[in-house]
Amino acid sequence: MHIHKFEKIWLIFGISCLVIFLSVVGVSAFYLGNKPPSCLTTINPEKVDQTKPFNKPGLHKVEGKEWDYELVYVAQAFSYNPAQVEVPLGAKVKVIATTKDVIHGFEVAGTNINMMLEPGYVSEYTTTFDKAGEYLIVCNEYCGSGHHLMFSKIEVVEK
Amino acid sequence: MMNTAADKIKVDPRDAKLSMAHFFVAFAALAIGGLMGLLQTLVRSGKFELPAGIGYYQLLTVHGVMMGLILTTFFIMGFQYAAVSRTAGTHSNAARRTGWVGFWLMTLGTAMAATMVLLNKASVLYTFYAPLQAHWIFYLGLTFVVVGSWVDGASQIMTYVKWRKNNPGKPSPLLSFMAVINTVLWIVATLGVASTVLFQLLPWSLGWVKTVDVLVSRTLFWYFGHPLVYFWLLPAYMCWYAIIPKIIGGKIFSDSLARLSFIMFLLFSIPVGFHHQLTEPGIDPAWKFIQVILTFMVVIPSLMTAFSLFATFERYGRSKGAKGLFGWFKVLPWNDARFTVPFIGMASFIPAGAGGIVNASNQMDQVVHNTIWVTGHFHLTAATSVVLTFFGISYWLVPHLTGRKLTKSMNKLAIIQGWVWFIGMVFMSGAMHIQGLLGGPRRSAFSTYGDSAQAAQWIPYQIAQAVGGTILFLGIILVLIIFINLTFFAPKGDEEFPVGEAEKSEAAAPMVFENWKLWLGITAVLILFAYTIPFIDIIQNAPPGSKGFKTW
Repeated sequence: MHIHKFEKIWLIFGISCLVIFLSVVGVSAFYLGNKPPSCLTTINPEKVDQTKPFNKPGLHKVEGKEWDYELVYVAQAFSYNPAQVEVPLGAKVKVIATTKDVIHGFEVAGTNINMMLEPGYVSEYTTTFDKAGEYLIVCNEYCGSGHHLMFSKIEVVEK
Repeated sequence: MMNTAADKIKVDPRDAKLSMAHFFVAFAALAIGGLMGLLQTLVRSGKFELPAGIGYYQLLTVHGVMMGLILTTFFIMGFQYAAVSRTAGTHSNAARRTGWVGFWLMTLGTAMAATMVLLNKASVLYTFYAPLQAHWIFYLGLTFVVVGSWVDGASQIMTYVKWRKNNPGKPSPLLSFMAVINTVLWIVATLGVASTVLFQLLPWSLGWVKTVDVLVSRTLFWYFGHPLVYFWLLPAYMCWYAIIPKIIGGKIFSDSLARLSFIMFLLFSIPVGFHHQLTEPGIDPAWKFIQVILTFMVVIPSLMTAFSLFATFERYGRSKGAKGLFGWFKVLPWNDARFTVPFIGMASFIPAGAGGIVNASNQMDQVVHNTIWVTGHFHLTAATSVVLTFFGISYWLVPHLTGRKLTKSMNKLAIIQGWVWFIGMVFMSGAMHIQGLLGGPRRSAFSTYGDSAQAAQWIPYQIAQAVGGTILFLGIILVLIIFINLTFFAPKGDEEFPVGEAEKSEAAAPMVFENWKLWLGITAVLILFAYTIPFIDIIQNAPPGSKGFKTW
């Protein structure tokens, strides 16, 4: 099988770009810690309200951890609890969320917080809120007739 | 150009009838699905409400099922059935009977699923993610579509096997080889969705079991979901690689490299489903990344394809005396719909593929996951590159099969159709991409999200999508006019089924390409490598199962 000289050059160039690209993505994910959310913790979806930390949804100050606050959400068709929360500017926050019924999305528009909430699993993502303002949390996975009415808000405020 | 005897080969009328049966269902699905798409974009613009209590998500389910599952599967099976008949010889009576059985099974399944969706018993979208629980008849209908497609595909394989037996030691005709690769890809891929539907969702929706393992079901779905898009794409590649060169009067750049790229698509389109599940909590990040790497292996055959196609165009242009670096571009047959319509699709694949790289890039997916960017992405890949090529194919294949001619006026209308589609898609897909980057979610009805300032920014793009959607619907009307004309009204005559030939100097393709034990073996090894350990993890660490919900 014959491969034209130009095609060889084209493929070598393309494959080299691919290797560089995947290396950058890999180093960013595993060395710099930018992995996509993969919490791997499970929960009984019918006992969410009785299970820590989901028995107390909302923002909690924590001590002795790598993050300053834990922000706990419980999702169910078609709402998030809490529906509104204030976060201090510059706070490092671990968002912890799960769902009581079907699959929901958890996307904080305009940030990198974007994770699936699946019954039986806990989803987590740690981030720093370094811009003041109102952020919209939207459900971005179809969950039923009120899917587009399912949202919550984060107010990042200077304190 | 001189017409050779090979150019005059016609698909046998008995085979033509079965292909046309597929196309009737496919274009009916296009009509229904297209109307739903128009209504969706209008609703989401915020300027229009659905009458008579029809639900937005019911429309969305119809649109997804009709366009993503029915139009594509029926068109592909009909086209490949004809392509095998044309290049490997008329199907035997047994193969044709098998094809008909497959066709009717798929049609029955479609009717069952559609009925349940219309009764609002299955507004679960075409991805039907558990624990949303549809009526069991919906799941059974989908099972019939899948099983029917296996039976249908078996007819192509039977004719391919017969050709190989009659021509020992010779590489099979390129189009037949490609059709069989795609059928095999489809069978291996649908094992995943068939497993979740048969062993999880059907017993659960019938009430035989109380709960379902959501992550197992999703993982099986996405084992199928990504090769599904390659199953749509490869017939378009068949046209670009092996048919377009003949239409423009050129040669296939390399028959062997075309086969090699198809084999690479078979190998690397399946063990990659996790890149649709990157933001899910229950999958190990290392395995996500391994599947991301495997995903990107398809970049290699894609680069080969791009090179081959443009090399064919340039060689043809230079043979016509075109000068300069890009002079060949001008001499391409722009007034031939059989070339121009698929070419628009081909060119759209450049931005479409680039967007796909973003989606599959592990952590970068968080920026766009489940935003309407993704919808914009697959309306470029599937709804432009793939379907414009399908339309381009039907503009010569339908008259070929019905014994009619593509007239000058229809050819002109077809070119207009292609450009209308392009303009509509620039508006719709372009606005979807931008809105997605701003965070707008996919699969959502109009909402101000409690008068959120962020959501207010999205609304102008939603209006642009409605403008694009309306233009695209006009495009669909044009397609349907042309289809009906070519089926029933165009003047009788002989329309060519163009089949490209390789350059004379090229040696025959190596026989190793036809070694199915080898390629299926490697496919199996790659799938087992990518899925065994994470799948055991998922099952061993499973949370309590979920009961069903009907939230629509």
